[in-house]
Amino acid sequence: MNRYPAWKYLIIAVSILLGLLYALPNFYGESPAVQVSPLRTTAKADTTLLQRVEEGLKKANLPTSGLLLEAGSVKARFADTDTQIKAKDMLQSVLGNGYMVALNLLPNSPQWLASIGALPMYLGLDLRGGVHFMLQVDMHGALSKALDRFSGDIRSSLREQKIQYSGLDKDSSKITVKFRDPESRAKAVAELNKTYPDLILREQNVRDEFHLTASLKPEAQKLIQDSAVQQNITTLRNRVNELGVAEPIIQQAGADRVVVQLPGVQDTAKAKDILGRTATLEVRMVDEERDLAGALRGQVPFGSELYNERGGGPLLVKKQVVLTGDRINDAQAGFDNNNQPAVHLNLDNNGARIFRQLTRDNVGKRMAILLIEKNQAEVITAPVIREEIGGGRVQISGRMTTEEARDVALLLRAGALAAPMDIIEERTVGPSLGADNISRGFNSTLYGFAAIAVFMTVYYLMFGFISVIALGVNLLLLVGLLSILQATLTLPGMAAIALTIGMAIDANVLINERIRDELRNGMPPQAAINAGYERAFGTILDSNITTLIAGIALFAFGSGPVKGFAVVLCLGILTSMFSAVMVSRGMVNLVYGNRRKLERVSIGQVWKPVSDKR
Amino acid sequence: MEFFRIKHDIPFMSWGKYTTAISLLTFIVAVFFLFTKGLNLGVDFTGGTVMEIGYTQPADINRIRDTLVKLGMSDVSVQNFGTSREVMIRLPAKPDISSAKLSETVITALRQDDKTAEIRRVEFVGPQVGKELVENGALALLIVSLGIVAYLAVRFEWKFGVSGIIANLHDVVIILGFFAFFQWEFSLTVLAAILAILGYSVNESVVVFDRIRENFRKMRKASVQQVIDNAITRTMSRTIITHGSTQMVVVSMLFFGGEALHYFALALTIGILFGIYSSVLVASPILMLLGVSRQDIVKPEKKEEAEALP
Repeated sequence: MNRYPAWKYLIIAVSILLGLLYALPNFYGESPAVQVSPLRTTAKADTTLLQRVEEGLKKANLPTSGLLLEAGSVKARFADTDTQIKAKDMLQSVLGNGYMVALNLLPNSPQWLASIGALPMYLGLDLRGGVHFMLQVDMHGALSKALDRFSGDIRSSLREQKIQYSGLDKDSSKITVKFRDPESRAKAVAELNKTYPDLILREQNVRDEFHLTASLKPEAQKLIQDSAVQQNITTLRNRVNELGVAEPIIQQAGADRVVVQLPGVQDTAKAKDILGRTATLEVRMVDEERDLAGALRGQVPFGSELYNERGGGPLLVKKQVVLTGDRINDAQAGFDNNNQPAVHLNLDNNGARIFRQLTRDNVGKRMAILLIEKNQAEVITAPVIREEIGGGRVQISGRMTTEEARDVALLLRAGALAAPMDIIEERTVGPSLGADNISRGFNSTLYGFAAIAVFMTVYYLMFGFISVIALGVNLLLLVGLLSILQATLTLPGMAAIALTIGMAIDANVLINERIRDELRNGMPPQAAINAGYERAFGTILDSNITTLIAGIALFAFGSGPVKGFAVVLCLGILTSMFSAVMVSRGMVNLVYGNRRKLERVSIGQVWKPVSDKR
Repeated sequence: MEFFRIKHDIPFMSWGKYTTAISLLTFIVAVFFLFTKGLNLGVDFTGGTVMEIGYTQPADINRIRDTLVKLGMSDVSVQNFGTSREVMIRLPAKPDISSAKLSETVITALRQDDKTAEIRRVEFVGPQVGKELVENGALALLIVSLGIVAYLAVRFEWKFGVSGIIANLHDVVIILGFFAFFQWEFSLTVLAAILAILGYSVNESVVVFDRIRENFRKMRKASVQQVIDNAITRTMSRTIITHGSTQMVVVSMLFFGGEALHYFALALTIGILFGIYSSVLVASPILMLLGVSRQDIVKPEKKEEAEALP
């Protein structure tokens, strides 16, 4: 009566086999590796790159224990971290700026495992070390930047249409254009309504001036904010690539937040600096007609701003921006003719055209190149334009150090942030702590498991032993499942594995106690086994569902580490239901099910109260 | 081996008055400490910066504190963490200094003092993130409670749902009371532990309730009190053995899990211990108080079917 049909045994065997197969990669460990991936879409990770890497390593006499070509990157495995770091530096200098060369860890599991998609569990930052940032995008900044752009556009539109205006002001939420007469304002309204559907125009009369205020429509605001977050993510991705991080995670979290995770990053200061910087470049004209001395006394003329040139004196710069960093195709650090550190820019077509026109129209005048960071602008250099500059090649040499030139080039190359961002959450875990955490989590699970195994076997004998095997299967399936899903395993996640073991044994205790109960009531062993499993199942289901409710709520509302805990808890409940009920029953059936005359089962002493003895 | 050799049903329900009084008292004491002392909320909830610094030799706490005070950080807390070579520094949230700069400044200063100083962990949480985590935590607690009540109400009957959740929230409040009394750090992982306990110790109530339901069907002539007493007595060995097993794992976490899992394991330990007590001696008396009866479980039309059971 306690026999399973063959298909049930088959399900058990197949799931154990799959669990074993997918849990296997976790036992091989990882070895240090270097990952090379092209940064430009034009370059490809192909056999040519593989050969270049191979030759480079051979020439530098750095032995590799394996080279492989994967989608988008070439990876080289090394025996130790020393060789790995040497290889990274060597490859970066050989391959140049077009490639990202990053340190990585590669699983040591054999190729055939990787080809069926069996990978080790994906370790969270608290286990492998690294940095986690949550950045908040400053939405007001994004809107203000958009208004900046609009005010420049409005100026040129009005000028093109030859509509006279006496001034243009911009504050945080609106642009105010002033006119001398209502006629030109009416013309401007018609023109602006046609060209800028995103703006709401409102006419206002202030004293004897005729004002026109333009503000952004709510839909347009939302669009700008959404695209600001998107552009920031793109920019962050570019910057992270420049930093050389193997498996970065950059994703949007909520309406205005971005999560950045950089596994294995050691130099967190540099990472923070590069990520958080909002550097952008602006080219403007120097205002030479107006009174600098007056401006220095505090009377800055309208439409201009007062700046200090780096290493030079103060100067007045027009507010109107001629060219922004968006027009930059490429930026490289280098040296100018006088062997001073410089940044070489390569502008896109539009930028090149604007720049040529600007330099042609303003020969003999000074232009200013401003670097804007965290809303603070600085004039890097303000050269006199000697001749028309075509071809879009621009060289900036102010009084920079080589280091500064390199950082500026990197930031300009990676693109500007559409809006400033602030770090609102940071979690950094050093690599040594990560390794400690792994061993702590592992030890907790190991000793907890051992204690339970000893107790169960002593208390329930054969049935206890079967329960322990089922518990082991549960652990195996859980690890296998986590590996298949590539869910992030965190330290709380490891705690959840340990906790799952403690909780999963509950089902087996329930079953074993039930069987004892039935034996105590005088049921024959085979019937008692059957009744024990049947009756305990309802209870097991109920109690697991309540824990599952808690797990799902934790997953839905938890963040970071708590989410990791919840995932493992939920998965553990599912695997434990299977292993505690089906796997243990299968084994009991194998051991006892076929004996027709079963006199007693090895489930420990079944004590019967004397008074109840029949 | 059999630990529990119980001849007769233990009359738990006749002790109801005393046990309810005891739990009410512990509950009130816990609430009292929660209000007077408050929780020692970790950086996850308050916002601020925590840095864990590792040294090669035992660290000189006072010297580190002096260094930080010289940097203008007055309300800083420095203490050993785990071993004498590891130090934990807590800095309150400051709106004017960015976190990036803060941890950099600190480690640079400490390196000047002792070159072996190494950052093991930095956690910075902005004040608004902390606020959200508190809100989400409270929301999760609420959803879990409602979910459990709903499930028990559907699976059993509303009286079971209500008494089950009261018993478990009683556990939660007592865990919180412990954290308030000892001023242990209440972090995000502790919150996770509490929610896990909420789900876990409902198991207890479920197991007892299951037996009560079964007994209502089987023990047709017994009084409600006898039914409950019998259910508790017969599930007691299972209750203690499973809790014991879970506790073994949790103790192993307490010993081998290091500082990071310390309070997590502690919260679980308290939760498990009080879970045994509350499911037996809080949930069931409340169930009786709510006036549970055979008619709640055994519906008249199912009568024949119930009798047909062996």
